[in-house]
Formats: sequence, C-alpha cells, structure tokens
Amino acid sequence: MSAAIAILIIGIGTYLERLSFIGIIGNRDLPEWAMMPLRYVAPAVFAALVAPAVLLVDGDLAVLPATNPRALALVLALLVAWRTKSVAATIAVGMGALWLLQAVF
Amino acid sequence: MRINRGFVDGARGVSPLLIGVIPFGLVFGVIAADSVIGPALAWSTSFIIFGGAAQLATIQLFDEGVVTVVVIATALVIGSRHVMYSAALVPYFQHFPRWSRFALPYVLTDQAFAVSIVRFQDVDDPVEQRWYFTGSAMTLWISWQLSTLIGVLVGAQLPEALSLEFAIPLVFAALLVLAVRTRPELVAALVGGAVAVIAAPAPLGLGLVIGALTGVAAGVVAHRVTE
Repeated sequence: MSAAIAILIIGIGTYLERLSFIGIIGNRDLPEWAMMPLRYVAPAVFAALVAPAVLLVDGDLAVLPATNPRALALVLALLVAWRTKSVAATIAVGMGALWLLQAVF
Repeated sequence: MRINRGFVDGARGVSPLLIGVIPFGLVFGVIAADSVIGPALAWSTSFIIFGGAAQLATIQLFDEGVVTVVVIATALVIGSRHVMYSAALVPYFQHFPRWSRFALPYVLTDQAFAVSIVRFQDVDDPVEQRWYFTGSAMTLWISWQLSTLIGVLVGAQLPEALSLEFAIPLVFAALLVLAVRTRPELVAALVGGAVAVIAAPAPLGLGLVIGALTGVAAGVVAHRVTE
C-alpha cells in the first residue's frame, strides 16, 4: 500500500472519529465504561511513542549521557514541560540540551 | 454577508491557544520537509488528517519503516480522543442544521473543543454557538495550514547536523505532560512507556501498539482502584 493511500485512510478514519456521535445524533450518551478508557489513550500512546524512540540505541536501553545524550535532554525537557506547560519551551530546552551534550561528550 | 459576531468571538477566544499551535506547526513542517514520504505528501497530512499528534506519529512511523497497517492503526488510536469530544458536543450540535453536523466535525480539534464547550455553557442560541465553533475551528485550521507550510519551506534549508528529528519525541513529551493531570493518567503513561520499551523488538513495529494498549489497561485499573 502506498503512503498516499494510507494517509487518505487515516484522514477518513479521523473524520469518522470526529463525526461519530454527532453523526449518529439522537441524544444518546456513551456509557461510562466505554468513555472512561478513552481518557487514558493520550498519556499511554504519547509515552509509548517517546520512551523507545529516546531510550533505545540500536535496540539496547541506554541512559548515560556518554552513550545516549538524548535521554538526559529528554529528562530536562520533561521538567520544562511540567513547569511551563509550553510545547515551544519544551522543544527549545530539549534541543539546546542535546546540542550542548553532543558538544561535551 | 455580514460576519456573525459569534464567528469573531470564536476566533478571538481561540487566539491565545495559537501560541502553542503555531510553533508546533512550524516544527511539524520542519520535520515533514525531511520525511521519507516526501515533503509534499507529508504536508498534505495537514489538511487530510488535520491533527498534529496523529500527523507526527504517521511521519515518524513511516520514517522508521513500520508496516503501513500499524501506521494507520496508531494514527487512528491517537485520534480516538475525538470520539469523546464528539459525544460531549451532541447536546449542542443536535440543534445545528444537518449539513453543518457533517461539515463541522472535520475541523473538530482539542483546542476548538476546549474553547467551545466552555462557551456553550454561557450561550444558549444555537446560531451563535455554531458560529463560535466555526470561528474558533477555522482560525486554527488556517493557522495550522500556514505554519506547517512555512515549516516545510524553512525546513528544507536547514542542515542535518542539527539533529532536528529529536524534536519529534520532544513534542510528544510535551503533549504527554499536558495529558497527565491525574494519578491514573500517570500510571497509564509510565506503564505505556515501559512496556513499549520492553516490547520494542516485536515485529512490524507492534511494540508501540502493545505498549499503548497495556498503558490504557493500566490506567483503567488505576482508575477503578482510586475510585
């Protein structure tokens, strides 16, 4: 399957997710047991995207600055994200820290 | 045609959030410029998918060479939070004209939802509600198209040595922190991240899906325990 077709499928699928209840209409409430797990999708998926991408080097766990400066840069970025709630500040500090650590090690 | 006051209010209401959206769009564009699927196709996700996190994950996974089915599944799992927004908007959207009930969900985003749902509690007129949503959502849509496009054009000029691909996990790290407000959400994140690392050797890039689903399950368990 080509990337273009995959992107089109994602686009249609995302639209249907947005339409879902509005499209079905009728003032039916989604039951709590179906709604509650959706709350945990964002934290779980974002963590699952970040952790392996940053902490694994050639398939092995690496957290020391000498072997993987990205791990420490990520920790600093997470602290900034937590303090500022700003995506822009998180990127700025994370990239700055990585460049600094790459220059040192 | 006179522009409805609700539209202007919506645009104004969402404008503080653009401080977060526009830099994200620029970064996405810079990353898209370097993608294996090509800058044009990567940028087209801005209007075909129109969801930053899903777009970024799509590009990251294509660049990692993950099987297409997993790319699609991951992007749709990330988008599944929209189902929650959709359900929450039904009481208001059911008074909107039929065409707008099908057109407006295309521009439903985290930010448009956040400002609109707050506003809808103070405004009873469905016409003004519809214009408020349209004004906030379209302001975001235009900002996103332009900022990602500018990012693509600038990104093509930047040198490789800057390690800009590291900006992808940084964006997700920031979104992660924003998404974690309660203890069960923290449990979902910690378990999701740890299992994704352990399951990383799984074939077809399925480690991500295994990690995410285990994280959601852990969040649900933690939710039940804390209640």
